[in-house]
Amino acid sequence: MNKTEKKKQNNKNWYFLLAVIIIYVVIAFLKPDILMPSLKFFLEIIKKIILIFILIFILLVIVNRFMTPKKFIKYFGKKSGAKGWLVAIIGGTISTGPLFLWYPLLNDLKNHGVRTGLIATFLYNRAVKPALLPLMIFYFGLAYTIVLAVVMMIASLFQGLIVEKIVGVEK
Amino acid sequence: MDKKLKHAIKKSAKAMYKALPILLGVILLISLANTLIPKSIYSSLFSKNIFLDSIIGSALGSILAGNPITSYILGGEFLNQGISLVAVTAFIVAWVTVGIVQLPAEIMLLGKKFAITRNITAFVFSTIVAIITVVIVGLI
Repeated sequence: MNKTEKKKQNNKNWYFLLAVIIIYVVIAFLKPDILMPSLKFFLEIIKKIILIFILIFILLVIVNRFMTPKKFIKYFGKKSGAKGWLVAIIGGTISTGPLFLWYPLLNDLKNHGVRTGLIATFLYNRAVKPALLPLMIFYFGLAYTIVLAVVMMIASLFQGLIVEKIVGVEK
Repeated sequence: MDKKLKHAIKKSAKAMYKALPILLGVILLISLANTLIPKSIYSSLFSKNIFLDSIIGSALGSILAGNPITSYILGGEFLNQGISLVAVTAFIVAWVTVGIVQLPAEIMLLGKKFAITRNITAFVFSTIVAIITVVIVGLI
């Protein structure tokens, strides 16, 4: 991506936010009672994710400081093998916070040559959260929770392979 | 400070700044959807047909977004109302793996082809995972 394209992309991101703000302004006129609860919910989410946002920034700094594109391609590129898939499953499982918070880091990894299949597998495993397992056991039982976690991990591999087959391996 | 570290911080700050409007936009949309759609509407959508319900569960989970804890609580409520475990499982899985609300953000940051392919396959897999899980649990 050259400088002009990067600038265009950057502008697109701000236009997106502007479009959402316009929706809020319209809502404020049409359904003013919806506005305050929505903004309150927005602030609650921000409060919840601020620490994760900082954690992701630190991870980004570590990635940019210690990992070169060559290293990335070696560990997570086309020839990464079983180790790459295992790291994607474990990484996706232990990572916390909403899915979209991880897009900037994954975008960076993708630009460094990480396989698209590994990114898809990472994102699919975000559904298996060790910290939330006790709550899931409480609602659905132990057997169900273990089976679902294992089935999802296996499904994440298939999904990664299918996504990679369709999208192709990033160079 | 180490020159490489300084460069890494600058590069990372740029990446976060680039993603910031998208993240804020998505959170605003999630907040709006959460306020606009009353929770009582969800359970009235199911039909008691296992296959149809699993697809409805996946669709509902794809549209809605939020903390997985909310999906467990809603899923528990659905079960109490007699909705099948397959449908509830599809709902829980799609809740975290498919993101219609955050799709514009995913497209902008990870590419259109990747985002659309990933979300469609995740939708299909949420139904498959639900059926396999419930069949295995039934056998135990």
